[in-house]
Amino acid sequence: MAGALIGIPLLPLLGSALLLLAGKRLGERGSAAVGVGSVLLAALLTAWVIAGFVAGGEPYTVTLGQWFSVAGLTVTPGLHFDGLAAVMTGVITGVGLLIHWYSAAYMAGEEGYSRYFGYLNLFVAAMLVLVLADNFLLLYLGWEGVGLCSYLLIGFWYREPANGYAARKAFVVTRVGDVALAVALFMLVGQFGTLHIETVVDRAWQQTPGTHWLALLLLIGAVGKSAQLPLQTWLPDAMAGPTPVSALIHAATMVTAGVYLIARSHELFLMAPPVMDLVALVGGLTLFLAACSALVQTDLKRILAYSTISQIGYMFFALGTGAFSAAVFHLMTHAFFKALLFLAAGQVILSLHHEQDIRRMGGLARPMPFSLACFAIGGAALAALPLTAGFYSKDAILMNGYALAGGTPAWFLALAGALVTALYSARMVLRVFFGEAVTRPDPDRRPALVVPLAVLSVLSLAGALIPRPLGDFFADLGRGGVPETVHIAVLAMPWLGLAMGLGFWRYGGAVRDRWQDSALAAWWRRGWGFDTAYQWLLIRPFIGLARANRDDIADGLTAAVTASGRAANAGLSALQNGRIRWYAAFIAAGAILTIALVGR
Amino acid sequence: MTDQALMALPVSHGLIFAAALFCVGLAGVLIRRNVIFMLMSLELMLNGAAFAFVLAGAVHGNADGQVMFVLILTLAAAEIAVALALVVHLFHWRRSLDMDALDEVRD
Amino acid sequence: MQALFYITAIIALAAAARVVTGVNAVHALLHLIVTLLAVALLFFMLGAPFAAALEIIIYAGAIMVLMVFVIMMLNQGDAAVENERLWLSGRLWWGPAALAAILLAETSYLVLAGGGSGVEPRPVDGPAVGRALYGPYLLAVELASILLMAALVGAFHLSRKLRGRGRTQP
Repeated sequence: MAGALIGIPLLPLLGSALLLLAGKRLGERGSAAVGVGSVLLAALLTAWVIAGFVAGGEPYTVTLGQWFSVAGLTVTPGLHFDGLAAVMTGVITGVGLLIHWYSAAYMAGEEGYSRYFGYLNLFVAAMLVLVLADNFLLLYLGWEGVGLCSYLLIGFWYREPANGYAARKAFVVTRVGDVALAVALFMLVGQFGTLHIETVVDRAWQQTPGTHWLALLLLIGAVGKSAQLPLQTWLPDAMAGPTPVSALIHAATMVTAGVYLIARSHELFLMAPPVMDLVALVGGLTLFLAACSALVQTDLKRILAYSTISQIGYMFFALGTGAFSAAVFHLMTHAFFKALLFLAAGQVILSLHHEQDIRRMGGLARPMPFSLACFAIGGAALAALPLTAGFYSKDAILMNGYALAGGTPAWFLALAGALVTALYSARMVLRVFFGEAVTRPDPDRRPALVVPLAVLSVLSLAGALIPRPLGDFFADLGRGGVPETVHIAVLAMPWLGLAMGLGFWRYGGAVRDRWQDSALAAWWRRGWGFDTAYQWLLIRPFIGLARANRDDIADGLTAAVTASGRAANAGLSALQNGRIRWYAAFIAAGAILTIALVGR
Repeated sequence: MTDQALMALPVSHGLIFAAALFCVGLAGVLIRRNVIFMLMSLELMLNGAAFAFVLAGAVHGNADGQVMFVLILTLAAAEIAVALALVVHLFHWRRSLDMDALDEVRD
Repeated sequence: MQALFYITAIIALAAAARVVTGVNAVHALLHLIVTLLAVALLFFMLGAPFAAALEIIIYAGAIMVLMVFVIMMLNQGDAAVENERLWLSGRLWWGPAALAAILLAETSYLVLAGGGSGVEPRPVDGPAVGRALYGPYLLAVELASILLMAALVGAFHLSRKLRGRGRTQP
C-alpha cells in the first residue's frame, strides 16, 4: 500500500519528465499515450488505494525520508492518506484523467503537443503532492509547483503577448498569497518548531497567542490561490490558456487548493473565530460579486471563470461557517460540473473555429444537441436544480451555513448568489443554444471529446451519490435547527433565477438590451473595477517608483564616489596645463600658505 | 676697512629689502611670458636670497653667509648657462620666446 | 651711513621694478645690472667685500655678458618690443602682483615681529670666506663644481644638437 501511495504522484511526475525531456521523439501519439497513460495508471492506483483505505479505515503515513535538518528544524516529509486526501486525490486523478483524455483530441495538431502534456502531467504530480503532503513544506512545494504549471499553461500559446501577460498576472497575483503562506510557515516553525501538519494541528488546540495571525496568513495564501476577494483578478485572465487547462487547473483542481488548505488546517481556524467569520465574509462577498460579473460577461470562458470564482466563494463561505464537509462536498461536485461545462464549452469553441463570444453564438441546439445536453446538465448542476450533484452540495452549504452561523450577511449574500447563479446559467445556455443561428458550426464529435463529456455528465448528475470517506475527519459542530421558511427559500432560489432567466429571454428583449448597455453592467463586466483599482493604487505607483529608480538611487552613492574622483581628476588635469608660470604661481601660493601656517 | 665704514642698521630692514627683491623677482617670473625676462626675474630672486645670506653672515660675524652666496653664485651660473642654451634652442625651434606656448609638458 | 643703505636699497628695488616691467630686453638687462651693482654696494656696506667683488665680476660681468650674447643672437628688434607690450596687458598683472605682495607682507610681518634690533654688522673678509670654503664646506664646493661641470656639458650638448638641427632645418 505504501508503494502504491508513493506511486500516485510519482507516475505523472515520471510521465512529465519523459514528455519534457524526450517529447519531440515521442510524436503526437506517443506523447498522448505517455501523458494520458501516466494519469490513467495514477487514477487506477488511486482507486486501489482508496479501496484499501475504505476497507481498512485508518489513515496512514508513508515517510519519504529526511529532507533536511537545520537549526533545530528537522523536516522528514511524508505522504499522508486520510479521508480528505482520498476525496482530493480521487477528484484530481479522476477528473484529471478525463481532461487528459479530452486534451489528447482537443490539442491535436497544436504546436508543442508534448510540451502541453508534460506541463499537464507535472501539474497533476504537483497537485497530488500538495494534497498528499503530511508536511507544510512539502505542501508548499506542491503549492508552488501547481502555481508554476498554471503559469506555464496559461502562457502555453506564448507567441501571443496577451497570453504571456495573463500568465504573468496570474503568477504575480497568486504570489501575494504565496508570500503570506510562506510567512505562515515561518510562524509555524517559530511557534511549534515543526511543519508536520498533524503535529501542528494537534497542538493548535493548546491555543497559542499567534494562532489568529497564523490563520489569517493561511487565509491570505488560500485567497490568492483560490482567486477570492481581493486577489481574484487573475482568474478571468487565466482563460487565455487552452480550454482543458481552464477546466483542470482553473476550475476543478488548482483553484480549490485554498479550500483544501483551510480544510486541512481547519483546527487552526477553529481556534481563531474572527478569522473564521472573515473566511465566511470573503466567501460570501466573492460569490455574490463574481456571480454578478458572470451575469454580464460576453466571453463564454469568462462567464465560466467568474462562475468558478463564485462557486469557490461558496466553498469559502461553507468553510467560514464551519461546514467543512459541505465545502469539500461542493469542491467535488463543482469539479465535476465545472469541468463538464468547460470541456463542453471547449467543444463548442472548437466547433465554431475558436469563437468565444456568446453574442456570435446562438441556435446551436439543433446542430449540436450533445453539447446542449452537456451544457444543460452542467448548468443545472451549477444552478443547483434538484437531483443534480450541485443541488445536494449547495443545499448542504446553505442549510449547514444557516444552521451553524445563522442569518449572517454572508449567508444572505450566498442566498442571493444562488439566484444570480441560476440566472446566469440560464442566460448562458439560452444565449448559446437558442435563438437565431448566427454562425454555422462545424460539430466536432471525436470520441475522445465525447466520452469524457459523457462521463462528466453522469458525474454531474449522480456525483452526489459517490461516498466521501471523510469519516470523522471534520469534528461535527453543534448545529441549530433550520426553520422551514429558510429551507423553502433555499429550494426556491434556483427556480426563481431560472424563471427570471426564461422570462427575460422570452419577453424582456428591450429591458435586456438596455441593461447590457448600462453603466452598472459595464462595471460588473470589468469585474467590479478591481483591475482598474489595482492599476491605479498599486501598479502605477509601483511603475512610477521603478521609473524614478531607473538609475538606481542606491547606485547614486557609489556613483558619487566615482563622480567626485572624476571631478577631482578634471580639476587636477586643468591645473596641469603645461604652463611654467602657472606652476610657479602655485609654488608661490604654497609658500604663502606654508609661511602663514608656520609663522603664526 | 674701518668700523666707520660700517653702519648700525636694523637687521629687519635689511631682511625686508631681501624679501622685497625676492618678491619683485617672483612677480616678474609670474607676469612675464618672455623667457628672457623670466630668467632675469629669476636672477633678481636669487639675489634677494643671496642678500639675506650675506646679511645674516654679517650679523653673526661668520663666513657661512658668504659661503652660501658663493654657492648661489655657482648655481646661478650653471642655471643661466643651461637656460640660455635652452632659450636659443627654443627660439630656433619655435621662432618665439613665449613660455606659454610651451605647454607640451602637459602631455 | 644708514641713509646710504636706504638710498642704495631703493635704487636696487627701483631698477628691479624696471626689469620686471620693461618691454625692451636690452634696457631691462641694463636695469638688472644696476640692481646687481647696487646689491654689490650693499654687500660692501655689510662688510663683505669678497661677496661684493664676486657679485660684480661674475654676476654683473660674466652672467650678464652671457645674456647680452643671447639677446643679440636672437635679435628680435622692434617687433619684439611691441610683442612684449601686448603680453604685458593690464589684467595679467593683478594675480601675480597680489601673490608677491602677500608674500612680501607675510615675510615683512614675520621679520618685524621677530623684533630685529639694530645690530652692528661685523665685517668678514675674503680670506675668512676662503678658509671656510676649503675647510668645512669642502664637500659643498665639490658638489658645486660638479654642478658647474654638468651645466657645461649640458650647454655644450644642447648647442651641438642645435647645430645638427640647423643643418637639416634651416
